[in-house]
Amino acid sequence: MITKLNHVSIFVLNQDSAFDFYVNKLGFAVNTDAEMGPGKRWLTVNPPDQPELEISLMLIDDGMMFTSESAAAMRDLVNKGTFGFGVFQCDDLLATYEELTAKGVEFTKPPTKEFYGFEALFKDDSGNWFSLGQKK
Amino acid sequence: MDLYPKQYLYRRVVRAKLYIDENFAGPIDLSSISDEACFSKFHFMRLFKEIYGRTPHQYLTHVRVEKAREYLAAGDTVAKACYSVGFDSISSFTGLFKRRVGVTPAIYQAEKLRIKDQVAEKPLGFVPNCFAEKKGWKKDSNFGEVKTIDAGERLSE
Repeated sequence: MITKLNHVSIFVLNQDSAFDFYVNKLGFAVNTDAEMGPGKRWLTVNPPDQPELEISLMLIDDGMMFTSESAAAMRDLVNKGTFGFGVFQCDDLLATYEELTAKGVEFTKPPTKEFYGFEALFKDDSGNWFSLGQKK
Repeated sequence: MDLYPKQYLYRRVVRAKLYIDENFAGPIDLSSISDEACFSKFHFMRLFKEIYGRTPHQYLTHVRVEKAREYLAAGDTVAKACYSVGFDSISSFTGLFKRRVGVTPAIYQAEKLRIKDQVAEKPLGFVPNCFAEKKGWKKDSNFGEVKTIDAGERLSE
């Protein structure tokens, strides 16, 4: 029986920039930041209240995971905002929206009451988008 | 134009919260925080607690302890971390830290540095094997600083 999710990947265009976005803007904690040889890095972060969930900020690079052609296509898709990776939760959506906006996070949808809840949408520095909801 | 009712109030409280985030190391008092938000002290405290679940003073203490954890993990001495986050006394800092974190700053730091050393020594121990294989990070990959590591030695399991 599967009991939990402990690793998930977000594909990013630049790990230094992703570090700045997820750590300095969103306020996530660095879980593991390891050099894996020249130019290679394993970088995972987690939301402050969820240390058991490692979000891997995975660089889209040519190599074992992607062919050169696939990597180029993937970078293009990410950059175009194709992928929505998940739903984050906060205690107070309006306050979080104001704070993240002040820090330069780009919202594609401001806090909006929907039939399924109160949500906003924002993009990371690569173009991945997320829903942000409020804890009920 | 405001997106929602009382957006200006939220903006002021958030501004005050960000002020604490940026000035935690200094001698912040409640007046300077409520001045930052352009509120009366009482009104400000009530709204701040409503939004963040903590009073401004409790939030300031929280930020200082979190920053101390960060500095300790980076290798600062206990004394340096203490003074860098705005505490005047190492003993009161140590007591507060232990109450909040569960261990003393020295023990917390030792554990963090131990993990940091393990990451540097055997980074593959912190990467799920499926990802490592996809990335080509295997025993025989180009890891100057990585010694061979067997599946049974994985530190994360």
